[in-house]
Amino acid sequence: MSAQPKVSVRNAAKTYDGTVVLERLNLDIEPGALCTIVGASGCGKSTFLRMLLSQETPSRGEILIDGEKLPPEPTPDRGIVFQRYSVFSHLTVEENLVLSAEFDAAPLTGRLFGAARSKARDSVTETLERIGLDRARTRYPAQLSGGMQQRLAIAQALLKRPKILLLDEPFGALDPGIRADMQELLMELWRELSMTIFMVTHDIHEAFKLGTRVLVFDKVRHDPDAPDAYGATITYDLQLDRDSGAAVPDPGTLFSSPTMTTRGDAPDA
Amino acid sequence: MRLINRKPSRLTAFALGMAPFVAAIFAYAVASHYRRLDNPADKLLPSLPDMAAAFSRMAFTPDRRSGDYLLWIDTFDSLERLGAGIGVSVILALSLGILIGFIPHVRASLAPFIATFSLIPPITVLPILFIIFGLGELSKIMLIVVGTAPVMIRSVAQAVMDIPRELIIKAETLGASVWQMMVRVVLPQILPKLITAVRLGLVPAWIFLISAEAIASTSGLGYRIFLVRRYLAMDVILPYVVWITLLAFILDRLLLMASRRAFPWYHLGGDSL
Repeated sequence: MSAQPKVSVRNAAKTYDGTVVLERLNLDIEPGALCTIVGASGCGKSTFLRMLLSQETPSRGEILIDGEKLPPEPTPDRGIVFQRYSVFSHLTVEENLVLSAEFDAAPLTGRLFGAARSKARDSVTETLERIGLDRARTRYPAQLSGGMQQRLAIAQALLKRPKILLLDEPFGALDPGIRADMQELLMELWRELSMTIFMVTHDIHEAFKLGTRVLVFDKVRHDPDAPDAYGATITYDLQLDRDSGAAVPDPGTLFSSPTMTTRGDAPDA
Repeated sequence: MRLINRKPSRLTAFALGMAPFVAAIFAYAVASHYRRLDNPADKLLPSLPDMAAAFSRMAFTPDRRSGDYLLWIDTFDSLERLGAGIGVSVILALSLGILIGFIPHVRASLAPFIATFSLIPPITVLPILFIIFGLGELSKIMLIVVGTAPVMIRSVAQAVMDIPRELIIKAETLGASVWQMMVRVVLPQILPKLITAVRLGLVPAWIFLISAEAIASTSGLGYRIFLVRRYLAMDVILPYVVWITLLAFILDRLLLMASRRAFPWYHLGGDSL
């Protein structure tokens, strides 16, 4: 691990109206990690991702990126891909990719015209070929398959060269075959760009297949008289050696709650 | 096969769609025929040829006193008022609606006021408008604005708030300013819904237009039908009502076509009325 962690979480917690969702989060993530986040639904893994994005702010503690406190709102240093609604439905594939360049270049209109526009459109051709959407460049997202939309969303987020990339169940709505292709693409991009990635998934196989670091979120402290008094925290923080091909552990050993299943297996109580 | 799974062919659908119109015209013709058997000078249900003659007189014969072609003058004046009123409402709906829907502080300060204002029955402010703006064009246009703008502002604001939050956050991570998000994300996302709001707003707009013209005007479709009412001239009133309906229908279809042409992405998934 290098001297300074890419992302540090210091005793962060999140509370909504007295309900503790997350507590006692402490974490240092090294640059270039592909950090997958698993846990039962409702255990706050998406809340954690939203805090990394500044869509939510921690109720306590702090989150640092490159040693500096996170800004209070989403900024271009953190890219995001959601499960749905990640691309702009009113823009074609090409326009979606050019958009961030237009934001940079035209503060007033947010739009490029003439030669500048042609140049910007040409500049995304390589990206389009890379994600296999060069034939679909003038189509609207609604005319693309779910996998194509997510490829577009990832490419759109990466064009901005963010310090970290956040993925919130990006392949959750995709068919298994497509999902494997997408995982492949993500791994390639991650290796090429040596970027720090956080990925929330409910699929534990995906988490162990892709991650160099697996964070397991779970609620371990229970008070029967005050069910909201304690929140979930990171119960396992596993450093994986990609080359040795770590085996996926039995979910029963990772989770205290019986709600977590893998790929539709019966609940492991 | 179950009834819900049986779909009419194009031709059948057209015939089915036309049937109620044909039936209504036929019923009218029969009723008119029997009334005129009793009294050939009956004014209440004039025959179809009588109405056609009256309509062509209004459209193609210059008025004896003014020398104008009354139908076209009336149509032009009414559409001008309608267009001006709806135009002002669209500008208000876009500017205020986007600000209310997008900027929480503007929403907090304006949303309760607009909601209250939209509950004023517009026709009750007509006397106030006549007093303030006089009996000219402005008060009629203002009535249409008062009657349509609040609802349109609210539906645009709601459309802005219905934009998936993910899209706004994505735009933020792509480095967009608030203004850039308004012009590149919010505005294009809600424009198709603005057209829907205009189509729905046209219904009350016609009501307020005809009302204002009936009360104080010297031209316009509403003025004309309330004028000839004094002579029980059903042969003019009925064709005018059909004409007004036709204009409203054409406006509605034109807006729908414009929406499909301009926002193909919006109409990709399933079709709307």
